[in-house]
Amino acid sequence: MNEGETTQADAHNPAGHRTHPASLLLRFLAGLPNLVLPIAAIIFGARGMDAAAGLIVWGITGFMAISMFFSWLAWMRFRYIIDADDIRIESGIISRSARSIPYERIQDVSIEQKLLPRIFGLGEVKFETGSGEGEDARIAYVTIDEGTRLRSLIRDRRGDVQGGPVAAAKNEEPASDIADGEKPVFAMSLGRVLTFGLFEFSLVIFIVLLGLAQQFQFLLRIDILDAASWTGLAQDSGVDFDSIDTNARIIGGIAALASLIILGITTGVLRTLFREYGFTLKRSAKGFRRQRGLTTRTDVAMPLHRVQAAIVQSGFIRRLFGWHALKFVSLAQDSKKEASHVAAPFAKLREIVPIAGETNIALPNADTAFNRPSPRWWLDQFLLLLPLIAIVIAAIWLLTDGNLYAWTPALLLLPIAILMALDWLNQGYCSDSGQITYRQGWWQPRIMIAPQIKIQSVDIRQGPIARLRGLAVLEFGIAGGNLKIHGLPVNAADAIRRETIARICTVDFSQINRA
Amino acid sequence: MPSATLAEATGNGLYSGMTATDDTDELTKLHPNHVTVTRIVAAIWTAIVSAPLLAIETGQYFGAGELPVPQGAMAAAVAVLFIILVGILPRRRYNHRGYDIGEDRLRIVRGYLFRSDTIIPFGRIQHIDVDQGPLQRGYRLATLTVHTAGNHNSSVHLPGLLHDDAIAMREAIRAHIKRDTL
Repeated sequence: MNEGETTQADAHNPAGHRTHPASLLLRFLAGLPNLVLPIAAIIFGARGMDAAAGLIVWGITGFMAISMFFSWLAWMRFRYIIDADDIRIESGIISRSARSIPYERIQDVSIEQKLLPRIFGLGEVKFETGSGEGEDARIAYVTIDEGTRLRSLIRDRRGDVQGGPVAAAKNEEPASDIADGEKPVFAMSLGRVLTFGLFEFSLVIFIVLLGLAQQFQFLLRIDILDAASWTGLAQDSGVDFDSIDTNARIIGGIAALASLIILGITTGVLRTLFREYGFTLKRSAKGFRRQRGLTTRTDVAMPLHRVQAAIVQSGFIRRLFGWHALKFVSLAQDSKKEASHVAAPFAKLREIVPIAGETNIALPNADTAFNRPSPRWWLDQFLLLLPLIAIVIAAIWLLTDGNLYAWTPALLLLPIAILMALDWLNQGYCSDSGQITYRQGWWQPRIMIAPQIKIQSVDIRQGPIARLRGLAVLEFGIAGGNLKIHGLPVNAADAIRRETIARICTVDFSQINRA
Repeated sequence: MPSATLAEATGNGLYSGMTATDDTDELTKLHPNHVTVTRIVAAIWTAIVSAPLLAIETGQYFGAGELPVPQGAMAAAVAVLFIILVGILPRRRYNHRGYDIGEDRLRIVRGYLFRSDTIIPFGRIQHIDVDQGPLQRGYRLATLTVHTAGNHNSSVHLPGLLHDDAIAMREAIRAHIKRDTL
């Protein structure tokens, strides 16, 4: 097969296409580093034998021949087929695999030319769909002509209904494109940013300093984690510890604590100031545009159609003052990791409601009827701990020859029980008006609201204990996020799933995630 | 496609707990060849793991050394392993696995102690794989894998389908996606 045949082959050729034959050579060259070790092994193994040189030459030749044979076989077995509805990629020598990518799902086609393939006029074609795992298919290597042919072919097959698949996939649009018709939705004044900073108390800097000091111990006169070296330093400066009275000691302690607190607050305020200064969230034609930052100013576009769910979070203390943060879980384009965009880092609920409203996500209000998961799930978790604690106690008791205090680990059960009870008390789920709302956490309360239509899959799972109790875990597949509810009665889990799936099935993925 | 349903095949109500959660759909069993394939795989692994045990046993028989266990104990342990891992478990797993391919969704159920029941609407499937390992090829089986955009269930596998059935399912899903996006 020559190059001309590959590029001009009929698009409906049922046998499909192979990659360019030069790929074999390129693969071989790219794989050479992997051959170094086996070759070294051959040389080492043959060393000192009679006719070593001959053995080495034959060994290496044979090894290379085998490796090339398999490369050739793999190349022979690799096909890509441009079909009416999908592009299919078949490969594998012993195991066979065939991947089918419907045109409608292709979000991006890119052609990558690394140095070596470029010399041969070849490139690698990569396909991306919305799936949760990085790059989804690659064809290496084809001529650049074939690559561009594939790309435009896919664009045609998709019917360009979505304004060009490749163009639509790029969500980070240049700011100038969306500048017109913007209206601010949320902004933080300097005062707000500073208040926010107060709640971001952080001792990170203290730990960093401590770490640095330990690292550069040799430069310091003292060991900073050793109290004796401090007192030594003080005594050297003429402090007589015995003459310090109790009051002075207490004052000293308070001063130390206060300095720590001041350090923590300052760090929090400064970090927040640098990150959040001049925070503005604007509503543009296609979505939100967020600008923030003092020294490094970032400008991020968040298209509305990519929003998969909203998260409203707070903290133990800031909740008392009514401060919350709003984040959007979003279908990430570049990194396919968990992606949530902060839309309002520090706001009152009345400010958050309209922002979420722009994405048609309704926050729970006083009328929202939350259901509590069954407390039995939490009880079972607790009961499972009991044998564990019993084993620990028994072990201590045996190892210490019957020490009377061996039972003390049992004291742990009290705080654990309290924490679990608090956790359960703050759980709540609700499924109505097309949304799943899940509330959890008492130290850091958090509400996640997922429109059912944006959900990708639904699991109901049961372990042996949960099954005895008639309970189940309900877990939703969400692009860029996670939503898992424990301790649901099986019937409730099933009802929610039925309703959700029925809603999902009415609309295709491509309809809800298009611009 | 295989037509036996789980309800017919198990008939012992083991499954009732799960089917109660979605009683409108009947589950399709995997192809019976799947049991054979999983048995062969299990046998290979068990053989590898128990080789040292058998070596000790043989050594003991020929008087290579004294062991604190009676002659035959190792062989018995290996036999028990084989009975459980090769004889019992593949069949039991098979009995508790099933799928249902509906008009617009794929449901996959599995597990005995830890059950899981997943539904993926066709409209949320990104791309589809049909894979065959060497053993599966010998038994005309294949694994269907569907990929979704969710972080959870980003790829869901359904092994033990006849290769032809897997291809037919792929085509059905693909046709559905095509229809929906028109």
